[in-house]
Amino acid sequence: MTVMTLIDAIRAAMDEEMARDPRVFITGEDVGVRGGVFRATQGLQAKYGAARVIDSPLAELSIVAIGIGAALAELRPICEIQFADFIHPAFNQIVNEAAKMYYRSNGQWRVPLTIRAPYGGGIAGGLYHSQSVEAFFAHVPGLKIVIPSTPHDAKGLLKSAVRDPNPVLFFEPKKGYRAIKGDVSDDDYTVPIGPARIAREGRDLSVFAYGMMAHYTVIAAEKVARENGIDAEVVDLRTLLPIDKESILKSVKKTGKALIVYEDSRTMGYGAEVAAILADDGFETLDAPIRRLTGYDIPAVPFNHDMQEFFMPNPDKIADAIRELAGY
Amino acid sequence: MTTQVIMPQLGESVVEGTVSRWLKQEGDAIQEFEPLLEISTDKVDTEIPASAGGVLLKIYVQAGQTVERGTLLAVIGAAGEIVGDDSPPVTAQHVLPTHQQPAVNAVPIAYNGQMTPVVARMAAEHQLDLAAINGTGRNGRVTKRDVEDYLERDGIQDDAPTDDTPPWERPGSGDLFKSTVDYEDQPQTETAVTARPTESPLQKSNVDIRVHPVEAIPAGIDGELIPLTAMRRAIANHMVMSKHTSPHVTTVFEIDMSAVLKHREAHKESFAKQGVNLTLTAYFVSAAADALQTVPYLNARWTDDGIYLVNGIHIGVAVALDNGLIVPVIKNVHDLNLLGAARAINDLATRAREKKLKPEEVQGGTFSITNHGVSGSLMAMPIINQPQVGILGIGMMEKRVKVIDDMIAIRPCVYTSLTFDHRVVDGAQGDTFMMTLKRRLEGWV
Repeated sequence: MTVMTLIDAIRAAMDEEMARDPRVFITGEDVGVRGGVFRATQGLQAKYGAARVIDSPLAELSIVAIGIGAALAELRPICEIQFADFIHPAFNQIVNEAAKMYYRSNGQWRVPLTIRAPYGGGIAGGLYHSQSVEAFFAHVPGLKIVIPSTPHDAKGLLKSAVRDPNPVLFFEPKKGYRAIKGDVSDDDYTVPIGPARIAREGRDLSVFAYGMMAHYTVIAAEKVARENGIDAEVVDLRTLLPIDKESILKSVKKTGKALIVYEDSRTMGYGAEVAAILADDGFETLDAPIRRLTGYDIPAVPFNHDMQEFFMPNPDKIADAIRELAGY
Repeated sequence: MTTQVIMPQLGESVVEGTVSRWLKQEGDAIQEFEPLLEISTDKVDTEIPASAGGVLLKIYVQAGQTVERGTLLAVIGAAGEIVGDDSPPVTAQHVLPTHQQPAVNAVPIAYNGQMTPVVARMAAEHQLDLAAINGTGRNGRVTKRDVEDYLERDGIQDDAPTDDTPPWERPGSGDLFKSTVDYEDQPQTETAVTARPTESPLQKSNVDIRVHPVEAIPAGIDGELIPLTAMRRAIANHMVMSKHTSPHVTTVFEIDMSAVLKHREAHKESFAKQGVNLTLTAYFVSAAADALQTVPYLNARWTDDGIYLVNGIHIGVAVALDNGLIVPVIKNVHDLNLLGAARAINDLATRAREKKLKPEEVQGGTFSITNHGVSGSLMAMPIINQPQVGILGIGMMEKRVKVIDDMIAIRPCVYTSLTFDHRVVDGAQGDTFMMTLKRRLEGWV
């Protein structure tokens, strides 16, 4: 057992998978010599050679397209998109090629591809280094989407992603890269893609979140427990696609109330689907309106520091939203 | 640029307030800090000053409405600025996040009996009458937890035989088991499980305890319904809660006031020169502070973990108002001499009658005194002001014939009662308190 940051755990997962399986390779901008702008791949080129940790041109479309081709050729590529903000040039490759390959070939071809991308705001990144993109891809059947909020999950889920026979988008909350620390087993373990994790048990209301917001929600839940005696259950969704309906419904069946937290802009965001599941299949368990705490419907996360803080949900805002809903 | 006027939090545990009067109307010009409206809560009535100068553009909460703290009451801005007709300003609506929800719902609607899906399902399953369940949610809404608690209590009180008893040993309840006579007497054979009046949720929530069950007014009885004021409702809730919470015990002593009267006669003038009206209440407050130091268990509060002895002595003195009563608190009485105590009582009583008390001035009491003698009462057993442990009642002073040293004497006497919470204090301690009080007053120099 080692205490690791989120990014250490991600690096450890790639290191272990590359050691385990010679088909695994990494490509992306600055992943090789420089070790990635966030140092996620630091030391891996030196350890596994330039043929397995490949610096790519500044062209996301080709990074993913090369990954898809390599995957079809039975390799296990890990493509790094330097910031999720820049994944859009590769949208066609991901949605039209990677996601549909298995279906349109009637199960004959598959794309065992992992795409890693740091996402999210709060790091003074401004318009093009703060975006959340999960909602775009969560609408696409054929993809899997994973967002870890703890180092343990980051390592276990990334290893599962690399071993998955189909494309997995692995979004990393970059504000938590060094801010989130936790125990990580040195063993070769995996965390299955699919099930949500109950990060904190509670009986007064359920809060659903993922990534940095899941981390913040646990802090907020402890705060309201201490200050207000509110016992909030925190569900870290961690796999966004496929969505763990059962855990969502089970939690609200117990608590009767649901708050969904995501830092993405509000309208048509991922939390809307969580709300819809509860309205569809959990209607008779609801004891309050389903609430969302989100970023605002403005074109981007602002660069100005005060405006960025205004935009981003944080533990205090989450605690306020919990109190409001608990009092309903 | 507009400024929102928000319902403030007037003291701890005060969660809502009633707009009693707008001092400005829509369109009126207003200066910053000029009185804008009057608000009445459980505990105080107060004026709210304008937080900005300009024009009162829009009033969202009309006089007479009760809303939660944080609710948007009105908007002040520049003349001609436009705000929405029925809703808060557009900017607020679009930009305010969920955690500021109360401000978005400008006018919370009083609970209208609507049920959430889960409460509706549980009520149907268990055939519950929700009107009889104490709602602890917003605006008195019956929450899922309220129903669960109710069912749990119901289960505990249920006299149903345990499962060990075979069915044939249990009394039957269906139509089959009813005699024909019973059956015809009660054509509605449905034995609906109606909810019983709430019995013990009192310790859980001291905010919204309804004084249920209230019998419906039978038709044909002529009369007039006086709506409950916030104060009337608060008094009712508090009295019921207190009687449910503490086993009240009262002990009565007679006190000879000769020494006090003599002292008062000698010092009245000099006190008056310092602007203080020296009342008998001041002597009782001072003497009670001494007695509380002797019996600290009466300056305490009950908790499930133990008896919490409070360090400072803060005595509340009940003041009758036209439509109720209020109990301003004299803080740190143990630090005050007679002059200080008398001055504090004068000041608080005057401002209580003028409704100018601040919220914190009616909070934090550790003991109470009620001077019921002013209306001619000889003896009374007042109700404890929770979460305090004791309350002192002072009866009317009158001259009585007393036997002293086998001689008949005429003395000014007062029946004084101590009502205390028997969970915290036993009779001996109550009497020690009263003996200390009596000795202090009878030996006043």
